Amino acid sequence: MIGRAALLLFGVAALLAVGLLGGALRGRPAGRRLVYGMTVVLCGSMAAAALGQLLDAPAAASVAWLPLGLPWQGAHFRLDALSAFFCFVVGVGGAAASLFAIGYGRHETAPGRVLPFYPLFLAAMNLVVLADDAFSFLFSWELMSLSSWALVMAHHQERDNAHAGYVYLVMASFGTLALLLGFGLLAAAGDYTFDAMRGAEHAPSTTLLVLALALLGAGSKAGIVPLHAWLPLAHPAAPSHVSALMSGVMTKVAVYGFIRIAFELGGEPQWASGFLVLLVGGITAVLGVLYALIQHDLKRLLAYHTVENIGIIFIGLGLALAFQSNGLPAAAALALTAALFHVLNHSVFKSLLFFGAGAVLAATGERDMERLGGLIHRMPKTAFAFLAGCIAISALPPLNGFVSEWLTFQAILQSPELPQWALKIMVPAVGAMLALSAALAAACFVKAYGISFLGRPRSDAARQARETDRFSLAAMFGLSGICLAAGILPGFVIDALAPAMQALLGARMPLQAGVDWLSIVPVAAGRSSYNGWLVFAFIALSASLAVLIIHRFASHARRRAPAWDCGSPDPDPATQYTAGSFAQPIRRVYGTWIFAAREVVEMPAPGSVAPARHREILRDLVWDRLYAPVAGAVEYASERLNVLQFLTIRRYLTLVFLALVTLLLVLAIWP
Amino acid sequence: MALMPDLLAQFLQMALVLVLAPLLTGFVRKLKARLLRRRGPSLTQPYRDLLRLLRKEVVLAENASWLFRAAPYLIFATTWVAAALVPTFATGLLYSWSADLIVIIALLGSARFLLALAGLDVGTSFGGIGSSREVMIASLAEPAMLLIAFTVALIAGSTQLSTVAAFMGSPDVGLRVSLGMAAIALVMVAIAENARIPVDNPATHLELTMVHEAMVLEYSGRHLAMIEFASHLKLLLYVSLIACLFAPWGLAEPGAGRGAMAAGVAAWLGKLAAGGALLAAFETATAKMRVFRVPEFLGAALMLGLLATLLMFVSKSL
Repeated sequence: MIGRAALLLFGVAALLAVGLLGGALRGRPAGRRLVYGMTVVLCGSMAAAALGQLLDAPAAASVAWLPLGLPWQGAHFRLDALSAFFCFVVGVGGAAASLFAIGYGRHETAPGRVLPFYPLFLAAMNLVVLADDAFSFLFSWELMSLSSWALVMAHHQERDNAHAGYVYLVMASFGTLALLLGFGLLAAAGDYTFDAMRGAEHAPSTTLLVLALALLGAGSKAGIVPLHAWLPLAHPAAPSHVSALMSGVMTKVAVYGFIRIAFELGGEPQWASGFLVLLVGGITAVLGVLYALIQHDLKRLLAYHTVENIGIIFIGLGLALAFQSNGLPAAAALALTAALFHVLNHSVFKSLLFFGAGAVLAATGERDMERLGGLIHRMPKTAFAFLAGCIAISALPPLNGFVSEWLTFQAILQSPELPQWALKIMVPAVGAMLALSAALAAACFVKAYGISFLGRPRSDAARQARETDRFSLAAMFGLSGICLAAGILPGFVIDALAPAMQALLGARMPLQAGVDWLSIVPVAAGRSSYNGWLVFAFIALSASLAVLIIHRFASHARRRAPAWDCGSPDPDPATQYTAGSFAQPIRRVYGTWIFAAREVVEMPAPGSVAPARHREILRDLVWDRLYAPVAGAVEYASERLNVLQFLTIRRYLTLVFLALVTLLLVLAIWP
Repeated sequence: MALMPDLLAQFLQMALVLVLAPLLTGFVRKLKARLLRRRGPSLTQPYRDLLRLLRKEVVLAENASWLFRAAPYLIFATTWVAAALVPTFATGLLYSWSADLIVIIALLGSARFLLALAGLDVGTSFGGIGSSREVMIASLAEPAMLLIAFTVALIAGSTQLSTVAAFMGSPDVGLRVSLGMAAIALVMVAIAENARIPVDNPATHLELTMVHEAMVLEYSGRHLAMIEFASHLKLLLYVSLIACLFAPWGLAEPGAGRGAMAAGVAAWLGKLAAGGALLAAFETATAKMRVFRVPEFLGAALMLGLLATLLMFVSKSL
């Protein structure tokens, strides 16, 4: 009997082989269908295998060993409940993206730059989740970064993409460096397997330092503020199915890395870690959605919105750390379940939304919302699926996004029991930030959907759009179905996640399978409960009842006429609200402080025929205050050191000698 | 069939909120008119308006999509479900546990999301201005509402409205600073959410500061009737919610007999009348504010909610 970990490794090997095949067949249309078709099958079966592990043998971990990597150690792989869950997320996301790409890939101008790297990227993400020693983990992590970088650079001729790729590469190296140092601290005894790290005792100061390094390393990949700068540049630059994978899945692999280190490898959690993660999560959630609100580029808006969702996930993780450090494992299990549920949800609806944006891009050639509009008439099916994604991501019942936010709120309500004052002040503030980000997310997606899909077309491209192909539609509708299913029957998801909680925290949420009417009860029946399908059924019933009664007994006459618009409709589509004008009130309320937003109005003098102008000036303060000074310092230092490039051989030798002497002296003095 | 009485009570509540919602609006309008020394329309005018709209044909803008036509029914259904989940005359109804206070807030959020989209659908400038301002107002009102929910949930140890109402009616509550703050914040949010003065003017048309009316400008006939009905329901919901949280007296307990139920209905009617009268008096005495003063108004509600929650974290007895 072959273990499931080994089975998944075969899947990874097969994905690598598909990558080679993709390189060979890159020029032909059949190559596209073959490569993506095979990745659909492989990702689907890997997701099924992971789900089997999660449901069948949740307590037992399946291990595998390969004679690769460090010669004295080899490569260890392990599939436990946590990695099985993330394997499932990667598998579902990968299968959906590949299905979408069977149709969408037709529009690819340079398939040779995508087909070989796409399966490699999928394989690398699976490897990160499976790795059970620091070397394999970091190797797979780098493979994931580099293969996705290659995919970001697929369209390197386009403006800004080269810059995006460069920033991505710098940030990815920084993240890996932080993780490398973290693992170095954990493997003090020289044994790099995760098993040894799990067993070792870590000093509290080491634990805290490792957590900070994991937050920097995994957090920069996940996109926490202020390390998010690369994300909204790189994610939209890739082809849309890769954007979906990067935003929906790769950020989740980063979350996996953080959970693995913070909850398992890094020793006993401390309340200070919880405080730090909560702070970062809250700021990330609010800033992410505010940035998203002022974007006009549909894909960039979605990418910024990923930052917000990562913030929500980190809020759940921070709560779990805080509870666990204070010996409240049941509350910690609730918070961690909420975070993992949101991981699943976000991977589903963010992929769905990126597919929608990709379909729009393919149909119109536009990502700029100011040039879209009216697509609900021309792409009705895409519009329907995109609407489902918008409702889900805005955390509105009865879809799935609401359930995970509701669970996070329930976890926050558990926290007055925390003894530390810093946490007592922090948690309500984070609760307020979470509530604010949920409301702003709804505003953001009213804007995204309303400007792109509703209204009248703002350009010829939008006027001539056609519905997308059936593979893309199948992928979008499949994911919408998951959004609905996870939203109305969340109890099954919570129960499936329970083994991961049990392994990490030693406690789990109450079993949901036995609750009456398939409700979910996070703590106790008297405290709170939610029944998704009943709410859904009530809404569906009363809406159908209203339609039925009105159409039966009241008027059903209908007439089409020009829009009323208070009696003065203007046929020019430029008179509609634009993305910029829609966001203006919110920008005015929040932006003056966060974006240093200014509006400059130039009115010509009376009688003058010069045009009036209105300009808005927004600044990215994170970039201005953090990245620009660092970049400036690097430039300054490199200019100062430039003289070293033009020395004579004699001076070089002197330098080498001096360096050697200094190092030896340091070694001699070091205690 | 032990289930039958429970089921009946639940359906009675669903029917009662539906029947009484226009009456409450009519009552507030009548009272406002009397305070302004006008005679005002009859109490049944909202029913007549609804019936008139239902009989008329729908004039759809040429550009309107299926979303525009489906939204009124969905908005109505969502608001109705939310209103039927708030304890009005009795606690512990059959389906009250299927949604707690946070779910009710989110259901209203769903309705607003659809309404804001419908406002953008035809592609007119008025629809856009309404939607844009509505989401701006909601972006402050909804978090404030959630923080109020946090406060009462922390006091009562539950987010279930039935449990909260039972706790608020018991002597364990006492006087609390946090509860007072939450009450003030909830009233402020309720005013904003129902588009009442000073945030929005429900009686206005053709005014650049309007929000709700601008969004629904393109609606007519039965669609408009559904949206009007939903806003009547929303007003009823908020008055019932305030009553259930801060004046939970006279609510029939689970399993109570017909007499207690009848007393509960009578008490609820009294509370609705009192709430409507206060609203009318307040609206008559206040002037509408500029739209960019609204964030300050709602920001105050948000801060009150945050402070109340914070106090609950500091000490359970505050």
